[in-house]
Amino acid sequence: MSVIDVLEDTLAQSAPEASAAGIDAVNVSAWFGSNKVLEQVSLSMPPRTVTALIGPSGCGKSTFLRILNRMHESVPRAQMAGQVLLNGQDIYQPGVRITQTRKRIGMVFQKPNPFPAMSIADNVTAGLTLTGTKVSKRERAELVERCLTRGGLWNEVKDRLDEPGQALSGGQQQRLCIARSLAVNPDVLLMDEPCSALDPTSTRRIEQTIADLAPDVTIVIVTHNMQQAARVSQQCAFFLAEQGTPGGIVEAGTTKQIFENPHDQRTTDYVNGRFG
Amino acid sequence: MTAVLEDAPRVLSQTLTPGDRSFRGLVTGIGLFVLILTGAIGAFLGYQAIPTLRHYGLAFFTETQWLPQQDILGIAAVLVGTVEVAVIALLIGFPLALATALYISEYAPVRLRSTLVALIDLMAAVPSIIYGLWGFFLLQPHAIHVARWLAQYAGWVPFFHVDTDPGSATWAQTKFTASAFIAGVVVAMMVVPLACAVMRGVFSQAPLGEREAALALGSTKWGMIRTVVIPFGQGGIIGGTMLALGRALGETVAVLLIISPAFDIKPNVLEVGTETISALIAGLFGEASSSQLSALLTAGFFLFLLTLFVNTVAAVFVNRSRSGASTEI
Repeated sequence: MSVIDVLEDTLAQSAPEASAAGIDAVNVSAWFGSNKVLEQVSLSMPPRTVTALIGPSGCGKSTFLRILNRMHESVPRAQMAGQVLLNGQDIYQPGVRITQTRKRIGMVFQKPNPFPAMSIADNVTAGLTLTGTKVSKRERAELVERCLTRGGLWNEVKDRLDEPGQALSGGQQQRLCIARSLAVNPDVLLMDEPCSALDPTSTRRIEQTIADLAPDVTIVIVTHNMQQAARVSQQCAFFLAEQGTPGGIVEAGTTKQIFENPHDQRTTDYVNGRFG
Repeated sequence: MTAVLEDAPRVLSQTLTPGDRSFRGLVTGIGLFVLILTGAIGAFLGYQAIPTLRHYGLAFFTETQWLPQQDILGIAAVLVGTVEVAVIALLIGFPLALATALYISEYAPVRLRSTLVALIDLMAAVPSIIYGLWGFFLLQPHAIHVARWLAQYAGWVPFFHVDTDPGSATWAQTKFTASAFIAGVVVAMMVVPLACAVMRGVFSQAPLGEREAALALGSTKWGMIRTVVIPFGQGGIIGGTMLALGRALGETVAVLLIISPAFDIKPNVLEVGTETISALIAGLFGEASSSQLSALLTAGFFLFLLTLFVNTVAAVFVNRSRSGASTEI
């Protein structure tokens, strides 16, 4: 055992338990009915890294994202193949509880979807209520503040935590949804075009939030906005589904490499806005 | 040269083609016709009620007996009986309808869904006389045992008390037949499809975004239903139940077949004998003299007002549910 190995082991042991986990997709394929939409996609998303999935519409990147936390199978007639490893363990393995998986791998959707019947504070703690986690009143108040702060919303809503979540603007609702996903302390946060329904200012706020979260949580973000991918991610995967074929990854690498020195001509064309 | 434009609201108009105009007229006409029809029924009943109300006065509402030969009659007992049967029907029908609607919209395999919906709708298509026969010949012989059990162990509750000894070896079976309870069970079967259809309708409209939000937080399916589907469908649950109540209040033939008439205000619903307004009318209508007919129509008038009220409240709830409103931001 080399010195470096020992050092790494020690580091791994001293890391806090709720720290981010790496997530690896291995030969993931997906179908809707008999229509194959993803073919043999493998991608490694290391801990504490923001991975951006880019590509034109209909290339399967959202489907891929939804496979990462088992939301894909909630669609009727949806099927998948391959493995998704969270810290090396397959989340599709029989015996792994789907609710537990989804709790560890949170998701933020394209359209902000706070629970309209709940107050802002209740929205934040909805994940705890839903998973039957009991907390004291004081812990709850702390959690609400911590999560809203991490979601970049605390200063705007701290005086009206009891108002319904739906009274917020679209951008604020989306940050509320981010805070809500953080409350269950996920290892991974998946974001499916979180800014596509928002104005530029809100988009900027959310990008800042992503940057603030990155040291603690592994983030995978699907985006149509190339500049956004360049701004927020360290790693980038370019998805493409060519005419009549299932989608797949054309090229993956560091964001710098994908944008500045792509190896594939199709990637060059896409990141330079020539199609898509 | 430009004309000086006045800074006042302009009268906005659009030119309608003759086709537009005639279609609009037709639709407005049909809509009005339905309103006028309902109004006319109410007006007719109200008009017919005048001589009776004038003759009996307030006693019409306090008298329990219905003895036209002795010129004594009132709707106190039948009104109570009507409400009793309807409430029993709801107590049994509501959980059934809710559970069925949730199962069909949330749990049933997609392939099975349309079959189940068709089956439930078929329940609504069964004629009420068939329900009556079913209740009388098939249900009643079994239901009296349930009634006896309830009377035996919960007889201290006024509702479940029966004026006999339910515990004795040769218990008086006839004491438990033809009761509001048995009529209520049968009516429950008849109102379930209606309530279920309304509930199912709103449940299936619960926004996918909120459902997925709950699931993505690690919720179980039941947790998701509790936080998203049921709050969203609240208006439909209440509205569907009220619609079912409206239907239960007016149910006639099945009730007529099962109950044996008794004109007392009594809370003990397990005991033989009760009477509802609609069963009263159906039972006495054929041999009624003109003054008796007026009295029956008066009873019908109040049933009409009651169901109209219940249905209006139901409509308000169904419309107020978020399902009607836009959920977009």
